[in-house]
Amino acid sequence: MDAAFVPGVAVVTSALSLRKILGEVVDPEIPVLTIADLGILRKVEEAADGTIRVTITPTYSGCPAMDHLRAEIERVLGEHGHDRVAITTVFAPAWTTDWMTSEGRTKLEKYGIAPPRQDPTEEILCPRCRDDGSRLVSEFGATACKALRVCSSCGEPFDHFKEI
Amino acid sequence: MSRLHEYLIRLADDNLILSQRLSEYISRAPELEEDLAVANIALDHLGVAMHLLSYAAEVQGDGRTADDLAFLRSEREYTNVLLVEQPNVDFAHIIARQFLFDAYQTGLWQALAASNDETLAGVAAKAAKEAAYHLRHSSGWMIRLGDGTAESHDRAQAALATLWRFVDELFAGDDLDAEMAATGYGVAPEELRSEWDHRVDSTLTAATLQRSEDGYQRSGGRNGFHTEQLGHLLGEMQWMQRSYPGLQW
Repeated sequence: MDAAFVPGVAVVTSALSLRKILGEVVDPEIPVLTIADLGILRKVEEAADGTIRVTITPTYSGCPAMDHLRAEIERVLGEHGHDRVAITTVFAPAWTTDWMTSEGRTKLEKYGIAPPRQDPTEEILCPRCRDDGSRLVSEFGATACKALRVCSSCGEPFDHFKEI
Repeated sequence: MSRLHEYLIRLADDNLILSQRLSEYISRAPELEEDLAVANIALDHLGVAMHLLSYAAEVQGDGRTADDLAFLRSEREYTNVLLVEQPNVDFAHIIARQFLFDAYQTGLWQALAASNDETLAGVAAKAAKEAAYHLRHSSGWMIRLGDGTAESHDRAQAALATLWRFVDELFAGDDLDAEMAATGYGVAPEELRSEWDHRVDSTLTAATLQRSEDGYQRSGGRNGFHTEQLGHLLGEMQWMQRSYPGLQW
Protein backbone atom coordinates (compact mmCIF):
# COMPACT_ATOMS: atom_id res chain seq x y z
CA MET A 1 0.00 0.00 0.00
CA ASP A 2 1.36 3.41 -0.81
CA ALA A 3 2.85 5.83 1.66
CA ALA A 4 -0.16 8.09 1.64
CA PHE A 5 -1.90 5.61 3.92
CA VAL A 6 -0.56 6.87 7.19
CA PRO A 7 -3.45 6.99 9.66
CA GLY A 8 -4.76 10.50 10.06
CA VAL A 9 -3.31 11.72 6.80
CA ALA A 10 -5.96 12.52 4.29
CA VAL A 11 -5.76 10.66 1.02
CA VAL A 12 -6.49 12.93 -1.87
CA THR A 13 -6.80 11.16 -5.14
CA SER A 14 -7.50 13.01 -8.33
CA ALA A 15 -10.35 11.94 -10.54
CA LEU A 16 -7.76 11.19 -13.21
CA SER A 17 -5.86 8.70 -11.07
CA LEU A 18 -9.13 7.13 -9.93
CA ARG A 19 -9.97 6.58 -13.59
CA LYS A 20 -6.55 5.05 -14.06
CA ILE A 21 -7.17 2.66 -11.15
CA LEU A 22 -10.56 1.71 -12.57
CA GLY A 23 -8.83 1.03 -15.89
CA GLU A 24 -7.97 -2.33 -14.32
CA VAL A 25 -11.63 -3.34 -14.39
CA VAL A 26 -12.35 -5.21 -17.60
CA ASP A 27 -15.49 -6.59 -19.18
CA PRO A 28 -15.61 -10.30 -18.24
CA GLU A 29 -16.98 -11.25 -21.66
CA ILE A 30 -14.57 -9.12 -23.72
CA PRO A 31 -11.54 -8.91 -21.43
CA VAL A 32 -9.54 -6.61 -23.74
CA LEU A 33 -11.96 -3.77 -22.99
CA THR A 34 -12.01 -1.81 -19.76
CA ILE A 35 -15.21 -0.29 -18.42
CA ALA A 36 -13.84 3.08 -19.49
CA ASP A 37 -13.19 1.85 -23.07
CA LEU A 38 -16.79 0.62 -23.23
CA GLY A 39 -18.28 3.83 -21.91
CA ILE A 40 -19.89 1.95 -19.01
CA LEU A 41 -17.98 4.08 -16.50
CA ARG A 42 -19.86 7.36 -16.48
CA LYS A 43 -18.42 9.24 -13.54
CA VAL A 44 -15.98 8.81 -10.69
CA GLU A 45 -15.32 11.29 -7.92
CA GLU A 46 -14.12 11.42 -4.36
CA ALA A 47 -16.55 12.86 -1.84
CA ALA A 48 -15.42 15.07 1.05
CA ASP A 49 -15.55 12.12 3.46
CA GLY A 50 -13.28 10.04 1.22
CA THR A 51 -16.02 7.89 -0.26
CA ILE A 52 -15.38 7.11 -3.90
CA ARG A 53 -18.57 7.61 -5.87
CA VAL A 54 -18.70 5.61 -9.08
CA THR A 55 -21.51 5.90 -11.61
CA ILE A 56 -21.96 3.15 -14.18
CA THR A 57 -24.57 2.33 -16.82
CA PRO A 58 -25.41 -1.09 -18.30
CA THR A 59 -24.84 -1.82 -21.99
CA TYR A 60 -28.07 -3.83 -22.25
CA SER A 61 -30.95 -4.07 -19.77
CA GLY A 62 -30.17 -7.69 -19.05
CA CYS A 63 -26.38 -7.39 -19.05
CA PRO A 64 -25.37 -10.28 -16.75
CA ALA A 65 -21.96 -8.72 -16.07
CA MET A 66 -23.19 -5.85 -13.91
CA ASP A 67 -22.98 -7.61 -10.55
CA HIS A 68 -19.51 -8.86 -11.41
CA LEU A 69 -18.41 -5.36 -12.48
CA ARG A 70 -19.69 -3.80 -9.26
CA ALA A 71 -17.71 -6.35 -7.25
CA GLU A 72 -14.62 -5.74 -9.39
CA ILE A 73 -14.85 -1.97 -8.93
CA GLU A 74 -14.99 -2.43 -5.16
CA ARG A 75 -12.13 -4.91 -5.21
CA VAL A 76 -9.80 -2.77 -7.37
CA LEU A 77 -10.49 0.42 -5.42
CA GLY A 78 -10.04 -1.54 -2.18
CA GLU A 79 -6.63 -2.72 -3.32
CA HIS A 80 -5.66 0.92 -3.73
CA GLY A 81 -6.78 1.74 -0.24
CA HIS A 82 -10.24 3.03 -0.96
CA ASP A 83 -12.54 1.08 1.30
CA ARG A 84 -15.52 3.35 1.12
CA VAL A 85 -17.07 2.95 -2.31
CA ALA A 86 -20.59 3.87 -3.43
CA ILE A 87 -21.65 2.59 -6.82
CA THR A 88 -24.72 4.00 -8.56
CA THR A 89 -26.26 2.48 -11.67
CA VAL A 90 -27.99 4.92 -14.02
CA PHE A 91 -30.13 4.22 -17.10
CA ALA A 92 -30.42 7.68 -18.59
CA PRO A 93 -29.01 8.68 -20.91
CA ALA A 94 -29.12 5.18 -22.36
CA TRP A 95 -25.75 3.64 -23.19
CA THR A 96 -24.72 3.86 -26.82
CA THR A 97 -21.79 2.37 -28.71
CA ASP A 98 -20.87 5.96 -29.64
CA TRP A 99 -19.35 6.14 -26.16
CA MET A 100 -16.78 3.49 -26.93
CA THR A 101 -13.33 5.10 -27.07
CA SER A 102 -11.25 4.94 -30.25
CA GLU A 103 -8.65 3.04 -28.25
CA GLY A 104 -11.37 0.55 -27.33
CA ARG A 105 -12.37 0.15 -30.98
CA THR A 106 -8.76 -0.59 -31.98
CA LYS A 107 -8.37 -3.15 -29.18
CA LEU A 108 -11.63 -4.80 -30.16
CA GLU A 109 -10.58 -5.23 -33.78
CA LYS A 110 -7.21 -6.68 -32.77
CA TYR A 111 -9.10 -9.11 -30.55
CA GLY A 112 -11.03 -10.33 -33.60
CA ILE A 113 -14.33 -8.49 -33.12
CA ALA A 114 -15.45 -5.92 -35.69
CA PRO A 115 -15.97 -2.70 -33.70
CA PRO A 116 -19.21 -0.71 -33.81
CA ARG A 117 -19.17 1.80 -36.66
CA GLN A 118 -19.37 5.49 -35.94
CA ASP A 119 -21.17 5.91 -39.24
CA PRO A 120 -23.57 2.98 -39.80
CA THR A 121 -23.60 3.58 -43.57
CA GLU A 122 -19.96 2.43 -43.69
CA GLU A 123 -19.18 -1.20 -44.48
CA ILE A 124 -18.26 -3.55 -41.66
CA LEU A 125 -14.65 -4.70 -42.10
CA CYS A 126 -13.61 -8.28 -41.43
CA PRO A 127 -11.27 -8.08 -38.41
CA ARG A 128 -8.99 -10.72 -39.96
CA CYS A 129 -8.54 -9.68 -43.59
CA ARG A 130 -10.21 -6.23 -43.45
CA ASP A 131 -12.31 -7.03 -46.49
CA ASP A 132 -15.52 -4.99 -46.60
CA GLY A 133 -17.76 -7.78 -47.87
CA SER A 134 -19.55 -9.91 -45.28
CA ARG A 135 -23.03 -11.21 -44.63
CA LEU A 136 -25.13 -11.38 -41.51
CA VAL A 137 -25.54 -14.89 -40.12
CA SER A 138 -27.49 -13.96 -37.01
CA GLU A 139 -28.68 -10.73 -35.41
CA PHE A 140 -27.68 -12.21 -32.07
CA GLY A 141 -24.26 -13.58 -31.20
CA ALA A 142 -22.62 -15.09 -28.16
CA THR A 143 -23.50 -12.03 -26.07
CA ALA A 144 -26.30 -9.47 -26.35
CA CYS A 145 -23.95 -6.83 -27.76
CA LYS A 146 -22.71 -8.84 -30.73
CA ALA A 147 -24.06 -10.08 -34.07
CA LEU A 148 -22.57 -12.95 -36.02
CA ARG A 149 -21.24 -12.41 -39.56
CA VAL A 150 -19.15 -14.32 -42.06
CA CYS A 151 -16.51 -12.74 -44.29
CA SER A 152 -17.12 -13.20 -48.03
CA SER A 153 -13.42 -12.93 -48.79
CA CYS A 154 -11.57 -15.10 -46.25
CA GLY A 155 -14.64 -17.11 -45.33
CA GLU A 156 -14.06 -16.77 -41.58
CA PRO A 157 -16.98 -16.15 -39.23
CA PHE A 158 -16.61 -13.16 -36.93
CA ASP A 159 -18.47 -11.22 -34.28
CA HIS A 160 -19.58 -7.67 -34.90
CA PHE A 161 -20.19 -5.37 -31.94
CA LYS A 162 -23.59 -3.94 -32.85
CA GLU A 163 -24.24 -0.23 -32.98
CA ILE A 164 -27.00 0.83 -30.60
CA MET B 1 -50.60 0.00 -2.62
CA SER B 2 -49.39 2.98 -4.62
CA ARG B 3 -50.74 3.35 -8.13
CA LEU B 4 -47.27 3.80 -9.58
CA HIS B 5 -46.23 0.53 -7.93
CA GLU B 6 -49.17 -1.25 -9.55
CA TYR B 7 -48.32 0.24 -12.92
CA LEU B 8 -44.66 -0.79 -12.71
CA ILE B 9 -45.72 -4.30 -11.73
CA ARG B 10 -47.84 -4.80 -14.83
CA LEU B 11 -45.07 -3.53 -17.11
CA ALA B 12 -42.59 -5.80 -15.33
CA ASP B 13 -44.86 -8.85 -15.40
CA ASP B 14 -45.24 -8.73 -19.20
CA ASN B 15 -41.47 -8.92 -19.51
CA LEU B 16 -40.84 -11.43 -16.76
CA ILE B 17 -43.39 -13.94 -18.02
CA LEU B 18 -42.31 -13.64 -21.65
CA SER B 19 -38.71 -14.07 -20.57
CA GLN B 20 -39.58 -17.26 -18.70
CA ARG B 21 -41.48 -18.60 -21.73
CA LEU B 22 -38.58 -17.89 -24.07
CA SER B 23 -36.13 -19.47 -21.63
CA GLU B 24 -38.11 -22.73 -21.75
CA TYR B 25 -37.27 -22.93 -25.44
CA ILE B 26 -33.49 -22.63 -25.10
CA SER B 27 -31.76 -25.68 -26.64
CA ARG B 28 -34.83 -26.48 -28.74
CA ALA B 29 -34.67 -23.85 -31.49
CA PRO B 30 -34.39 -25.09 -35.10
CA GLU B 31 -30.82 -23.82 -35.39
CA LEU B 32 -28.03 -22.75 -33.05
CA GLU B 33 -28.22 -19.09 -34.07
CA GLU B 34 -31.89 -18.98 -33.09
CA ASP B 35 -31.10 -20.57 -29.77
CA LEU B 36 -28.71 -17.70 -29.13
CA ALA B 37 -31.28 -15.18 -30.34
CA VAL B 38 -34.02 -16.55 -28.08
CA ALA B 39 -31.64 -16.57 -25.11
CA ASN B 40 -30.55 -12.99 -25.78
CA ILE B 41 -34.10 -11.73 -26.20
CA ALA B 42 -35.16 -13.53 -23.00
CA LEU B 43 -32.27 -11.88 -21.19
CA ASP B 44 -33.28 -8.41 -22.40
CA HIS B 45 -36.84 -8.97 -21.15
CA LEU B 46 -35.54 -10.31 -17.85
CA GLY B 47 -33.31 -7.26 -17.42
CA VAL B 48 -36.23 -4.89 -18.01
CA ALA B 49 -38.38 -6.88 -15.57
CA MET B 50 -35.64 -6.83 -12.94
CA HIS B 51 -35.15 -3.06 -13.18
CA LEU B 52 -38.90 -2.41 -13.03
CA LEU B 53 -39.48 -4.80 -10.12
CA SER B 54 -36.56 -3.27 -8.20
CA TYR B 55 -38.06 0.15 -8.73
CA ALA B 56 -41.55 -1.11 -7.85
CA ALA B 57 -40.11 -2.51 -4.60
CA GLU B 58 -38.42 0.80 -3.86
CA VAL B 59 -41.61 2.79 -4.55
CA GLN B 60 -43.60 0.55 -2.25
CA GLY B 61 -40.97 0.51 0.48
CA ASP B 62 -42.56 -2.33 2.44
CA GLY B 63 -39.37 -4.36 2.62
CA ARG B 64 -40.19 -6.69 -0.24
CA THR B 65 -37.43 -7.07 -2.81
CA ALA B 66 -37.58 -7.57 -6.58
CA ASP B 67 -37.00 -11.28 -5.97
CA ASP B 68 -39.91 -11.43 -3.52
CA LEU B 69 -42.15 -9.82 -6.13
CA ALA B 70 -41.04 -12.28 -8.80
CA PHE B 71 -41.05 -15.49 -6.79
CA LEU B 72 -43.61 -15.02 -4.04
CA ARG B 73 -46.64 -13.57 -5.78
CA SER B 74 -49.46 -15.88 -6.75
CA GLU B 75 -51.09 -16.23 -10.14
CA ARG B 76 -53.93 -13.84 -9.22
CA GLU B 77 -51.38 -11.17 -8.27
CA TYR B 78 -49.67 -11.32 -11.66
CA THR B 79 -51.01 -8.67 -14.03
CA ASN B 80 -49.29 -9.50 -17.32
CA VAL B 81 -51.28 -9.60 -20.55
CA LEU B 82 -52.46 -13.05 -21.61
CA LEU B 83 -50.43 -13.05 -24.84
CA VAL B 84 -47.05 -13.44 -23.13
CA GLU B 85 -48.08 -16.48 -21.05
CA GLN B 86 -49.20 -18.51 -24.09
CA PRO B 87 -47.23 -21.73 -24.59
CA ASN B 88 -44.41 -22.17 -27.09
CA VAL B 89 -46.13 -24.89 -29.22
CA ASP B 90 -43.74 -24.57 -32.18
CA PHE B 91 -41.26 -22.11 -33.65
CA ALA B 92 -44.01 -20.30 -35.58
CA HIS B 93 -45.92 -19.65 -32.34
CA ILE B 94 -42.80 -18.30 -30.65
CA ILE B 95 -42.06 -15.95 -33.52
CA ALA B 96 -45.70 -14.82 -33.94
CA ARG B 97 -46.10 -14.16 -30.20
CA GLN B 98 -42.85 -12.23 -30.17
CA PHE B 99 -43.74 -10.29 -33.31
CA LEU B 100 -47.16 -9.17 -32.01
CA PHE B 101 -45.63 -8.22 -28.68
CA ASP B 102 -42.48 -6.53 -30.07
CA ALA B 103 -44.65 -4.36 -32.31
CA TYR B 104 -46.57 -3.30 -29.16
CA GLN B 105 -43.55 -2.75 -26.92
CA THR B 106 -41.68 -0.76 -29.56
CA GLY B 107 -44.38 1.92 -29.41
CA LEU B 108 -44.91 1.55 -25.66
CA TRP B 109 -41.28 2.16 -24.69
CA GLN B 110 -40.91 5.04 -27.12
CA ALA B 111 -43.88 6.71 -25.44
CA LEU B 112 -42.73 5.87 -21.90
CA ALA B 113 -39.27 7.28 -22.60
CA ALA B 114 -41.04 10.63 -22.19
CA SER B 115 -42.56 9.67 -18.81
CA ASN B 116 -42.52 12.26 -16.03
CA ASP B 117 -41.05 9.60 -13.83
CA GLU B 118 -37.31 9.81 -14.38
CA THR B 119 -36.50 6.20 -13.50
CA LEU B 120 -39.27 4.75 -15.65
CA ALA B 121 -38.22 7.02 -18.53
CA GLY B 122 -34.63 5.77 -18.23
CA VAL B 123 -35.61 2.10 -18.26
CA ALA B 124 -37.99 2.76 -21.18
CA ALA B 125 -35.41 4.61 -23.29
CA LYS B 126 -33.06 1.68 -22.95
CA ALA B 127 -35.77 -0.91 -23.60
CA ALA B 128 -36.93 1.03 -26.69
CA LYS B 129 -33.62 0.34 -28.41
CA GLU B 130 -33.85 -3.35 -27.55
CA ALA B 131 -37.50 -3.65 -28.61
CA ALA B 132 -36.70 -2.16 -32.02
CA TYR B 133 -33.98 -4.74 -32.45
CA HIS B 134 -36.26 -7.58 -31.30
CA LEU B 135 -38.92 -6.43 -33.76
CA ARG B 136 -36.43 -6.50 -36.62
CA HIS B 137 -35.62 -10.09 -35.73
CA SER B 138 -39.22 -11.29 -35.30
CA SER B 139 -40.44 -9.41 -38.41
CA GLY B 140 -37.67 -11.00 -40.46
CA TRP B 141 -38.78 -14.44 -39.31
CA MET B 142 -42.49 -13.71 -39.90
CA ILE B 143 -41.60 -12.92 -43.52
CA ARG B 144 -39.38 -15.98 -43.94
CA LEU B 145 -41.99 -18.30 -42.42
CA GLY B 146 -44.98 -16.74 -44.17
CA ASP B 147 -43.32 -16.42 -47.54
CA GLY B 148 -41.31 -19.64 -47.15
CA THR B 149 -42.59 -23.17 -47.71
CA ALA B 150 -46.24 -24.25 -47.68
CA GLU B 151 -45.61 -25.87 -44.28
CA SER B 152 -44.00 -22.79 -42.70
CA HIS B 153 -46.72 -20.56 -44.15
CA ASP B 154 -49.49 -22.74 -42.72
CA ARG B 155 -47.86 -22.90 -39.31
CA ALA B 156 -47.32 -19.14 -39.18
CA GLN B 157 -50.93 -18.55 -40.20
CA ALA B 158 -52.15 -21.04 -37.61
CA ALA B 159 -50.08 -19.32 -34.92
CA LEU B 160 -51.62 -15.96 -35.81
CA ALA B 161 -55.08 -17.52 -35.66
CA THR B 162 -54.38 -18.84 -32.16
CA LEU B 163 -52.75 -15.71 -30.79
CA TRP B 164 -54.86 -12.99 -32.36
CA ARG B 165 -57.51 -13.37 -29.64
CA PHE B 166 -55.03 -11.81 -27.21
CA VAL B 167 -54.29 -8.69 -29.29
CA ASP B 168 -57.09 -6.35 -28.18
CA GLU B 169 -56.07 -6.74 -24.56
CA LEU B 170 -52.75 -5.03 -25.33
CA PHE B 171 -54.62 -1.84 -26.14
CA ALA B 172 -57.53 -2.00 -23.70
CA GLY B 173 -56.71 0.67 -21.17
CA ASP B 174 -58.25 0.58 -17.71
CA ASP B 175 -58.54 3.07 -14.82
CA LEU B 176 -54.90 2.63 -13.88
CA ASP B 177 -53.69 3.32 -17.43
CA ALA B 178 -55.90 6.42 -17.62
CA GLU B 179 -54.67 7.67 -14.27
CA MET B 180 -51.02 7.13 -15.19
CA ALA B 181 -51.51 8.80 -18.57
CA ALA B 182 -53.19 11.78 -16.87
CA THR B 183 -50.29 12.28 -14.47
CA GLY B 184 -47.78 11.97 -17.31
CA TYR B 185 -46.21 8.89 -15.72
CA GLY B 186 -47.71 6.43 -18.16
CA VAL B 187 -49.34 6.16 -21.52
CA ALA B 188 -52.90 5.32 -22.62
CA PRO B 189 -52.47 2.04 -24.55
CA GLU B 190 -55.33 2.93 -26.93
CA GLU B 191 -53.04 5.56 -28.42
CA LEU B 192 -50.53 2.90 -29.44
CA ARG B 193 -52.95 0.94 -31.61
CA SER B 194 -52.81 2.72 -34.97
CA GLU B 195 -49.04 2.66 -35.08
CA TRP B 196 -49.12 -1.03 -34.13
CA ASP B 197 -51.61 -1.75 -36.93
CA HIS B 198 -49.31 -0.08 -39.39
CA ARG B 199 -46.22 -1.96 -38.21
CA VAL B 200 -47.96 -5.31 -38.19
CA ASP B 201 -49.75 -4.87 -41.53
CA SER B 202 -46.63 -3.95 -43.47
CA THR B 203 -44.84 -7.08 -42.26
CA LEU B 204 -47.84 -9.37 -42.75
CA THR B 205 -48.24 -8.15 -46.33
CA ALA B 206 -44.59 -8.93 -47.07
CA ALA B 207 -45.08 -12.30 -45.36
CA THR B 208 -48.20 -13.14 -47.44
CA LEU B 209 -50.05 -13.71 -44.16
CA GLN B 210 -53.52 -12.60 -43.12
CA ARG B 211 -54.75 -10.94 -39.98
CA SER B 212 -57.03 -13.17 -38.03
CA GLU B 213 -59.28 -10.66 -36.43
CA ASP B 214 -62.92 -11.55 -36.55
CA GLY B 215 -62.76 -14.00 -33.70
CA TYR B 216 -63.49 -13.82 -30.01
CA GLN B 217 -61.15 -11.64 -27.93
CA ARG B 218 -59.87 -12.66 -24.51
CA SER B 219 -58.80 -10.38 -21.69
CA GLY B 220 -58.43 -10.35 -17.91
CA GLY B 221 -54.68 -10.53 -17.41
CA ARG B 222 -54.44 -6.97 -16.09
CA ASN B 223 -56.92 -7.94 -13.34
CA GLY B 224 -55.15 -11.18 -12.52
CA PHE B 225 -57.54 -13.47 -14.40
CA HIS B 226 -55.26 -15.67 -16.45
CA THR B 227 -55.42 -18.56 -18.86
CA GLU B 228 -54.61 -22.00 -17.54
CA GLN B 229 -51.06 -21.60 -18.84
CA LEU B 230 -49.77 -19.12 -16.25
CA GLY B 231 -50.17 -21.35 -13.22
CA HIS B 232 -47.99 -24.04 -14.77
CA LEU B 233 -45.37 -21.49 -15.72
CA LEU B 234 -45.26 -20.00 -12.22
CA GLY B 235 -45.17 -23.46 -10.69
CA GLU B 236 -41.91 -24.10 -12.46
CA MET B 237 -40.48 -20.60 -12.07
CA GLN B 238 -41.25 -20.31 -8.36
CA TRP B 239 -40.66 -23.88 -7.25
CA MET B 240 -37.24 -23.27 -5.75
CA GLN B 241 -38.25 -20.29 -3.60
CA ARG B 242 -41.50 -21.93 -2.53
CA SER B 243 -39.79 -25.17 -1.52
CA TYR B 244 -36.72 -23.59 0.04
CA PRO B 245 -37.82 -20.14 1.25
CA GLY B 246 -35.04 -17.57 1.30
CA LEU B 247 -32.62 -19.75 -0.63
CA GLN B 248 -29.75 -17.73 -2.13
CA TRP B 249 -27.15 -18.58 -4.76
